[in-house]
Amino acid sequence: MDRIWVLAEAGESGPTPLTLELLTAARSLASTVEAVAWGGDTASLAAPLGEYGATKVYDVGDLGGSLPGAPVASAVAARVLGGDAPDAVLLPASYDGRDVAGRLSAKLDRPVLTNVTGLREADGALVTEHPVFGGTQIASARFTAEGPGLFVIRAKSFTAEPAGGGPAEVVSAPAGDTGATGGAVIRDRHAEAASGPKLDEAAVVVSGGRGLGGADAYALVEELASLLHGAAGASRAIVDAGWVPYSHQVGQTGKTVKPTVYVAAGISGATQHLVGMKGSKNIVAINKDQEAPIFSVADLGIVGDVHKVLPALIEALKQRG
Amino acid sequence: MNVVACVKQIPDPAAPASLDPSTRTLDRSGKLILDDSDSYGVEMALQLAGNVEGSEVTIVSMAPGGETAGLRTALAMGAARAILVSDDALAGSDALSTAKVLAAAIKRAEPDLVIAATESTDGYTGTVPVQVAELLGMPSVTFAKSVVTDGATVKVERQTEAGYDDVESPLPALVTVTAGVVEPRYPSFKGIMAAKSKPVEVLTLADLGIDPAQVGAAGARQEILDVKDAEARGSGEIVVDEGDGAQRIVAFLEQMKVI
Ligand SMILES: Cc1cc2nc3c(=O)[nH]c(=O)nc-3n(C[C@H](O)[C@H](O)[C@H](O)COP(=O)(O)OP(=O)(O)OC[C@H]3O[C@@H](n4cnc5c(N)ncnc54)[C@H](O)[C@@H]3O)c2cc1C
Repeated sequence: MDRIWVLAEAGESGPTPLTLELLTAARSLASTVEAVAWGGDTASLAAPLGEYGATKVYDVGDLGGSLPGAPVASAVAARVLGGDAPDAVLLPASYDGRDVAGRLSAKLDRPVLTNVTGLREADGALVTEHPVFGGTQIASARFTAEGPGLFVIRAKSFTAEPAGGGPAEVVSAPAGDTGATGGAVIRDRHAEAASGPKLDEAAVVVSGGRGLGGADAYALVEELASLLHGAAGASRAIVDAGWVPYSHQVGQTGKTVKPTVYVAAGISGATQHLVGMKGSKNIVAINKDQEAPIFSVADLGIVGDVHKVLPALIEALKQRG
Repeated sequence: MNVVACVKQIPDPAAPASLDPSTRTLDRSGKLILDDSDSYGVEMALQLAGNVEGSEVTIVSMAPGGETAGLRTALAMGAARAILVSDDALAGSDALSTAKVLAAAIKRAEPDLVIAATESTDGYTGTVPVQVAELLGMPSVTFAKSVVTDGATVKVERQTEAGYDDVESPLPALVTVTAGVVEPRYPSFKGIMAAKSKPVEVLTLADLGIDPAQVGAAGARQEILDVKDAEARGSGEIVVDEGDGAQRIVAFLEQMKVI
């Protein structure tokens, strides 16, 4: 493979971890890796993106508050349709990454493979891996048509490793006129107060589900997470019920986590939850139903009541000081 | 305001899913129901239409065999009419082909606002709505956790990594909603009876002017090579709590060196 582009997203402090994972994956598959970035401060991304293997950054520039989907897809499509096409484009499975992928796919008239958790080259083509049925099975797929192939990749599918390259060269790649499609504009941003490690970076994650019985009992999950210097997660059932904000959700439509220890309290283990946490090194489950599917992935399963086990566990950890 | 709600009719997720061994695509031969993810979109569409005088909700779906069971559910909830695209040539369509078909059907409803779910329960590629928006030349706001409109613009609270953004877009626009944004109503008996006589337009590819060779299995430009069992996690130790559950967890955490 000659050249792969990576859609590089920036967080508060430089490229997101998923961006670095994609750059690392791209490096192992292609001789040239280039990034596409946007925002007012792309120049500051040149160093970290270069360190992870990008030689160039196509800079879409400041979007003036527009949601990235339309302008970024438009900038990438303009280059590709102008004859400068890579073999593949890797996009992060994030809010904006998915938007760019959908628009780019329609603009280029190329399909897109989503929920990718593995990539390898075979006979000159990229072969993808996708977890199906809650990750109990892995499907492999590939494109059969002309490239570039578009791949939307889930977090934690690859381990980010720096390559030690110098800063990437910044090349201007403006979006051009997006017409009506670029009409959605961000008016204001709201960040939830966060304390402790991030859910997808923590070494310990304690998640609660509907078995907690009510929103108040989530305090037990938070307290345990904090005692373990970890992050508090949740099943979708309790996010939908409004007990905790969406940012805590683990699973297919939430975060993918791979901590050293994952504690599932009062979570049944639906396939959509399992895909988000099955890659954890160790799984502890507390559930009063011996038949709960969560026990099929647990290294230690406690068949019991969360209202007894969690307070006792918190007490025991406090005693240890 | 013309509001379109896109819905998918899927095999009952409660029934065990399987892949068709010959095509390695999801087996959709059984009875289909309204995707639960879409019930939120339908409810949102109905609520938004209810707030703007002279609005109507049209349901748009693509399904095999002229399937209307899920559409009837949406009509019973209160939608005015439905458009179904059903054509044997659509079997095996990839997401982009599906989006092309839906976009062509949605256009007929001359929408001001298109509502879809962020992703379907069974396929969950999550790209179809944005592809539809691009094909229709519309702005899109995905992952909405709250939506309001006055018929001219739409204001959305959009989920982000850190919290949410207030996003505003002129209409026509497409919005995808997450599960749980609204409480889907249960169809009333009256609604169910009324749904029986509501118009359902069934269209073929020919009606939409789409070449069958460009969609379905014939037009698919991706293939599934194989499906294998994932590496199973070794089964662990499952114990019934006899008052010692917490101590066992402490011992485990010590062993894993996290405490
Ligand atoms: C398209 C789609 C995407 C989805 N994405 C996600 C996702 O990203 N993440 C996600 O988590 N889910 C997701 N889901 C939802 C998923 O299917 C399940 O509905 C959800 O995970 C269930 O959450 P739960 O385990 O908390 O609740 P339940 O399934 O209701 O389980 C509660 C569990 O608590 C146990 N329990 C009850 N009382 C006690 C007690 N006192 N002590 C101990 N145990 C007790 C019960 O035995 C039960 O096993 C998705 C679904 C769809 C359709």
